[in-house]
Amino acid sequence: MSQTMNKQPTLETELKEERWSKAKKYWYMITFIVPALMLASAGLAAYTGNGGWLWSLVVVFYVIIPVVDTIVGEDPYNPTEEEEKELNSNSSYYKRILYLATAGQWAALIATTYVVTQYQWAWYEILGALLSVGSLHAVGLTMSHELGHKIKDKGQVIAAQICSACCGYAHFNIEHNKGHHKDVATPEDPASSRMGESLYKFAIREIPGAAHRGWELEAQRLKRLNLSFFSPKNELLQSMMVTIVAYGLMTALFGIMALPFLIITAFYGWFQLTLANYIEHYGLLRQKLDNGRYERCQPKHSWNNNFKATNLLTLHLQRHSDHHAHPTRAYQVLRDYPEAPQLPHGYPAMMALAMFPPAWRFVMDRRVVNWADGDMSKVNIDPAHKEKMFHRYHQPEVTA
Amino acid sequence: MSRYQCPDCGYIYDETEGCEHEGYPAGTVWASIPDSFPCPDCFVREKPDFIPVESSKTNTK
Repeated sequence: MSQTMNKQPTLETELKEERWSKAKKYWYMITFIVPALMLASAGLAAYTGNGGWLWSLVVVFYVIIPVVDTIVGEDPYNPTEEEEKELNSNSSYYKRILYLATAGQWAALIATTYVVTQYQWAWYEILGALLSVGSLHAVGLTMSHELGHKIKDKGQVIAAQICSACCGYAHFNIEHNKGHHKDVATPEDPASSRMGESLYKFAIREIPGAAHRGWELEAQRLKRLNLSFFSPKNELLQSMMVTIVAYGLMTALFGIMALPFLIITAFYGWFQLTLANYIEHYGLLRQKLDNGRYERCQPKHSWNNNFKATNLLTLHLQRHSDHHAHPTRAYQVLRDYPEAPQLPHGYPAMMALAMFPPAWRFVMDRRVVNWADGDMSKVNIDPAHKEKMFHRYHQPEVTA
Repeated sequence: MSRYQCPDCGYIYDETEGCEHEGYPAGTVWASIPDSFPCPDCFVREKPDFIPVESSKTNTK
């Protein structure tokens, strides 16, 4: 009796999962919907004169998406090997979504800058536009991240440069691939946060640290090629030129107020990336081996989350363990590792939490300690807090 | 000329081709590639992790 009772829901769940796996293909278009929504909101603000519309993406990110995540819950779909082959063979579809969305990002940025500079708005309405475009850049950088990993595909690499240029983050792709992925979850990585380090302290270390590493890596490559740093082959300068020309044109066409708007939103976009980096590896540490190299990055070295809505919005970036284990895997085939360390909520909610350091530490510090089985020597700790952390949490024998 | 493969993503360093983009021209032998050389596709494995590819003579005419 009980067996049949159990069987029915399983079948039903299986059917549901199958339906979801098919529908998911179309749901990825959410990546394109974000810039489209920004574009529509800017248009509606101009048309109705109601500046409330300029807050649209902030509401979507920090209210609607976390609520949908809480209601809809986890994403059960993990492609099987067979499905993976199919997903990979269909990769031009998944790529095209990103190309279209890259164009959408630029269109939305231009339209919002136009609306903000050409109409009269109260300061709180402009604030909404700044924060909304910042969120737009967050999605843009997520796309750029996905595209930038596909080194073998020239089209995707160029799209990544154009997409990063949207918020003037020329060094992102090179810094991320050659720097962050190599050094992740070590004290040497400016883009891996340490336990006890507040978001703001991390930002001061991460933003200049990553920029320095990115430019330095490109300078080294050009040196090996016997080229000048100012060579047109400098991929960072290429991306930067796109930004300078586009921002310059907008300033010339829309007036001088376009420039501070663009710069502030770009900076807020960078900060969104800082937020993502902050939550992705907080406190996690790779051990140094006897030969002086770090152990290989494993699934346990990234924080994960598997909520449905944010998985779509972030192109599975939340399936972060698989991404770090295999950085060239396309977003549509990334898998969930249930045994990897889990964040209690999706990225947007966790990013909001990180903005309040005591709340973040209340939720996360215990998780890091559990992850390390109480052995604080296995944690990436902020040196300023080391003594305090050891005193409070170090109990390796008891829990081991 | 030998070939070496990245154990993570499958990229193959072929001495005859080198890795032009990273500044190692065609004909650069594996021995003169620095140990810090990361896989130019996935960047998560370095030279010491690479595996020599058995040169299968089937392809050579």
